[in-house]
Amino acid sequence: MGDRRRFPALLPLLASGGVLAFVGRAVLALPPTASGLAVEMRDGAKASGIKNVVTAVLLDFRGYDTLLEIAVLMLATVAVLSLREDPAALSRRIAGRAGPVLGALTRTLAPLMILVAGHLVWVGSSEPGGAFQGGAVLGAAGILMVLSGYAQPAWAGRRMVRWVLTVGLLAFIGVALYPMLGGGSLLQYPDESRKNLILFIEILLTLSIGASILSLFLASASATAGGERP
Amino acid sequence: MSTYLVYTAGGVLLYALGTYGLLARPHLIHKVISANFMGSGVFLILIGLGNRSPESGPDPVPQAMVLTGIVVTVALTALGLAIVKRYYTATGLDNLDDKPSAGGDR
Repeated sequence: MGDRRRFPALLPLLASGGVLAFVGRAVLALPPTASGLAVEMRDGAKASGIKNVVTAVLLDFRGYDTLLEIAVLMLATVAVLSLREDPAALSRRIAGRAGPVLGALTRTLAPLMILVAGHLVWVGSSEPGGAFQGGAVLGAAGILMVLSGYAQPAWAGRRMVRWVLTVGLLAFIGVALYPMLGGGSLLQYPDESRKNLILFIEILLTLSIGASILSLFLASASATAGGERP
Repeated sequence: MSTYLVYTAGGVLLYALGTYGLLARPHLIHKVISANFMGSGVFLILIGLGNRSPESGPDPVPQAMVLTGIVVTVALTALGLAIVKRYYTATGLDNLDDKPSAGGDR
């Protein structure tokens, strides 16, 4: 850290100071109370049959955002998978390292985590929870299993993994496009099956999100260490 | 000072810190972390501003947006780290100062 480094840091300092001033001013200029959309959303959620307001916003009122978000996650997964360079075997490197304690812990925790993931998706329609929370727990269970040296099962070949990765997005796109066949608009769920459709999307999304979290982890772990082909 | 301002001001501060780190730190992993700082700042601002109505409770729309944003941030972080790693294996460099930082750059 010589003068050479200290001098150019002046510009970033000015930039971040400017950001601080402008955003701070903008925030302070807002009125201290605002009604927001809480009331409308709660009424709308009651009408849609999804009791958890955040889930209703995510998959019903702002379904388009969530659809694009899943697409972003898929794109990032594809990009990370194509950036990995040495798909040797992460599990081979790790397998020898998992001791009996980690193995026993994983045998206890992994089924429990899968159960928790399912529970989170199920309660997501009425209480805090949903596809993202469930998917994160599912992905974490997978990472734990990989780290404790569990081999990729034979049925989870490359083709299977690709299907699991994309099934959530494909199902979401399918459900989003379906109403257009009958002259409706994008993401206009039919009222009578709204709740079931949302639950259907959420379950498949959970699988895809879990799989993509695991793939992101495995693919970035592989770059220098060598990794299982996800 | 109302509660929402504490969160919002914290968010603005985090965002400014992240801006500085992103621009000033030559180390690539520092840049990824700085981008995460900026993201967390935006989330705090959104959550803070969504809680300005004492009578009707927190607004669920910013909460859903933050939930969306967290997933996008995870994707961004993973992609950023993958690119940093690839850059490192391709060039042996982990920063933008054109020299390997063997403990010198902090």
